[in-house]
Amino acid sequence: MASAFEYAPAPESRSVVDIAPSYGLFIDGEFTEAADGRVFKTVSPSTEEVLSEVARAGAEDVDRAVGAARRAFVKWSALPGSERAKYLFRIARIIQERSRELAVLETLDNGKPIKETRDADLPLVAAHFFYYAGWADKLGHAGFGTDPRPLGVAGQVIPWNFPLLMLAWKIAPALATGNTVVLKPAETTPLSALFFADICRQAGLPRGVVNILPGYGDTGAALVAHPDVNKVAFTGSTAVGKAIARQVAGTRKKVTLELGGKGANIVFDDAPIDQAVEGIVTGIFFNQGQVCCAGSRLLVQESIHDELLDSLKRRLSTLRLGDPLDKNTDIGAINSAEQLARIGSLVEQGEAEGAERWSPACELPSAGYWFAPTLFTNVTQAHTVARDEIFGPVLSVLTFRTPDEAVAKANNTQYGLSAGIWTEKGSRILAVANKLRAGVVWSNTFNKFDPTSPFGGYKESGHGREGGRHGLEAYLDV
Amino acid sequence: MPTTASSAAHALTDVTASDGSLRRFLHGLPGVDTVGLEARAASLGTRSIKTTAKAYAIDLAISMVDLTTLEGADTPGKVRALGAKAVHPDPTDRTAPTTAAVCVYPDMVATAKAAVAGSGVLVASVATAFPAGRAALDVKLADVRDAVAAGADEIDMVIDRGAFLSGRYLKVYDEIVAVKEASGAARLKVIFETGELSTYDNIRRASWLGMLAGADFIKTSTGKVAVNATPANTLLMLEAVRDFRAQTGVQVGVKPAGGIRTTKDAVKFLVLVNETAGADWLTNHWFRFGASSLLNDLLMQRQKLATGRYSGPDYVTVD
Repeated sequence: MASAFEYAPAPESRSVVDIAPSYGLFIDGEFTEAADGRVFKTVSPSTEEVLSEVARAGAEDVDRAVGAARRAFVKWSALPGSERAKYLFRIARIIQERSRELAVLETLDNGKPIKETRDADLPLVAAHFFYYAGWADKLGHAGFGTDPRPLGVAGQVIPWNFPLLMLAWKIAPALATGNTVVLKPAETTPLSALFFADICRQAGLPRGVVNILPGYGDTGAALVAHPDVNKVAFTGSTAVGKAIARQVAGTRKKVTLELGGKGANIVFDDAPIDQAVEGIVTGIFFNQGQVCCAGSRLLVQESIHDELLDSLKRRLSTLRLGDPLDKNTDIGAINSAEQLARIGSLVEQGEAEGAERWSPACELPSAGYWFAPTLFTNVTQAHTVARDEIFGPVLSVLTFRTPDEAVAKANNTQYGLSAGIWTEKGSRILAVANKLRAGVVWSNTFNKFDPTSPFGGYKESGHGREGGRHGLEAYLDV
Repeated sequence: MPTTASSAAHALTDVTASDGSLRRFLHGLPGVDTVGLEARAASLGTRSIKTTAKAYAIDLAISMVDLTTLEGADTPGKVRALGAKAVHPDPTDRTAPTTAAVCVYPDMVATAKAAVAGSGVLVASVATAFPAGRAALDVKLADVRDAVAAGADEIDMVIDRGAFLSGRYLKVYDEIVAVKEASGAARLKVIFETGELSTYDNIRRASWLGMLAGADFIKTSTGKVAVNATPANTLLMLEAVRDFRAQTGVQVGVKPAGGIRTTKDAVKFLVLVNETAGADWLTNHWFRFGASSLLNDLLMQRQKLATGRYSGPDYVTVD
């Protein structure tokens, strides 16, 4: 017998996914090269291995794709809702059938643990398609009039933290309501969207209904600016969101923006402590903290601060960081070298401003982009780490004395995407939740998602809602 | 809550001064969120334990089994067979570890002692009017003394669930203290029958009550009711022993019992121990499985790892 219970590596097999050496753009049902022949490489963040070479869409390609979507819109929007539903149900089922392949692919391209892609991302992706498939023939009962009409061509730009899930959030409601789509995945994670293009073909989706244009920011800008795009949907950074808002201002384009956050996770002294610790961990270390609704500000009632911090530190010491394809890995790689550098500089700033930094003993792999789970204590509202979105596995801990102070501190942010409340007292949950200015307020849980539940922000966290019945509105002429 | 061991110990002797102070203490423990607790237990259940880790876990689990027979129909022959199996679980492979103990009714203790003599396998006895616990304290104590006199190394007592559920915590506490005293040098496992306590808050309170009264082990259940050991209630009890040691410096063992039948399940429990209470509890001095059918599955999985092939029920002994 060995002296300790060391878990042997349990890697998920890579052989379930076949990544081609190169991929084109997906326009009008065909894979095609970029008009100017440009390509870029996508790498695996955990190893820096080049996974594939992907065509990089330019303005001319955007024009082709929007044109294809415009032509497809005529027939697609005229289909009975029940017909559109059939395609969406088919896509949902194919996603389920190919979920292992897609989970491995997403882990390779994004760096997040297979545990998360397998158990969180993929089930939610399929659920979103199933959910909106169900709405496609019931739009008259959604509360937007008896016969709400689609908007036309949706230009959609998605981030790299949940590549396939964000695609599902965007494409499923757009198609269910009769719109056609041109989607730009992030430059660091284009592969799952290209696999989705293949799924569209497998499902027999009519040509041009879904178009995928991998590329950088310039591709997204060209898409947003295209005069024949009727609806812009963007998830990503607040800075880019503001630029988009300026760009579409004065046009007739409808726009939804889902931007940054600095979610407050409020723990009262009567909270279920062990579960609160789990919720704090889920809140900030899920997907390495690269979650716009992460609970990155922990607000703890002063009376339990020391006890809770002890528990939290002990718990962080059990997190397993490493190969994201290992089924036992809790913390994977940071998505890119740029993001890693940004996290690093904000953390240095936190230390320089006098916050106390702590990480569990943690060995980082030599290749790839890694950042150890990190806590900052002695943080005040004046610290940068309490104000700026870090988008990494970094938690800032603040304290409060009364519920009013908790609410005031939680709301004292330019963002407003999510918040959490931990208490055994039901009346306090309701009272505090009503005062929090955030799109989602979780109580005694965190980072739970469901296609039936609308999601979106207050203030600089954006506007519009995705998911649920509310998510239909963004794609209907109401 | 106090954080230093000395002030904590002092505070904890005060809490048992009266029914009122004990109630206030137990009801002041942090609550348990059902959804969160079960989600955590389920998520630890997805740990993938393979190859060397699996081989280690199987041998560890075998060494933690309290091989149990608690039937009205128990005979000396049956108990001797059980004892032989505890000493040599796998007749085809003498490298298999012995189990921790055999667990029998008090009248079978002497037989069991003789069967495992010299092997290091302990004899545990359920006493205190097991499994219902519905008898006068004198009767329960006599039951315990009987088992101890016959040579029991460990006593598994049931608490008075009726007293607990009606809020008479001090009565439960006093009974455990009395049984502990009657147990003498034998280690005391306190069984809560978690299925009858019904709520997780109650299970946490019972855990602390048992530990305050001097339990050496806290144990989920008798195996005689519908709901026995579950990953969630065991996780909760592991949190309790972890917190109790942090506050008092006293380490208490945990024994899930009933319903753990497969290697896969047993390994999940070991993961719970490893990631909740920690490696200090990963020995049979601090963690046990109360099980009768688990052992054969562990042995078959062990043979599978050794030979690369599945054997079958005829390659392990029926008792």
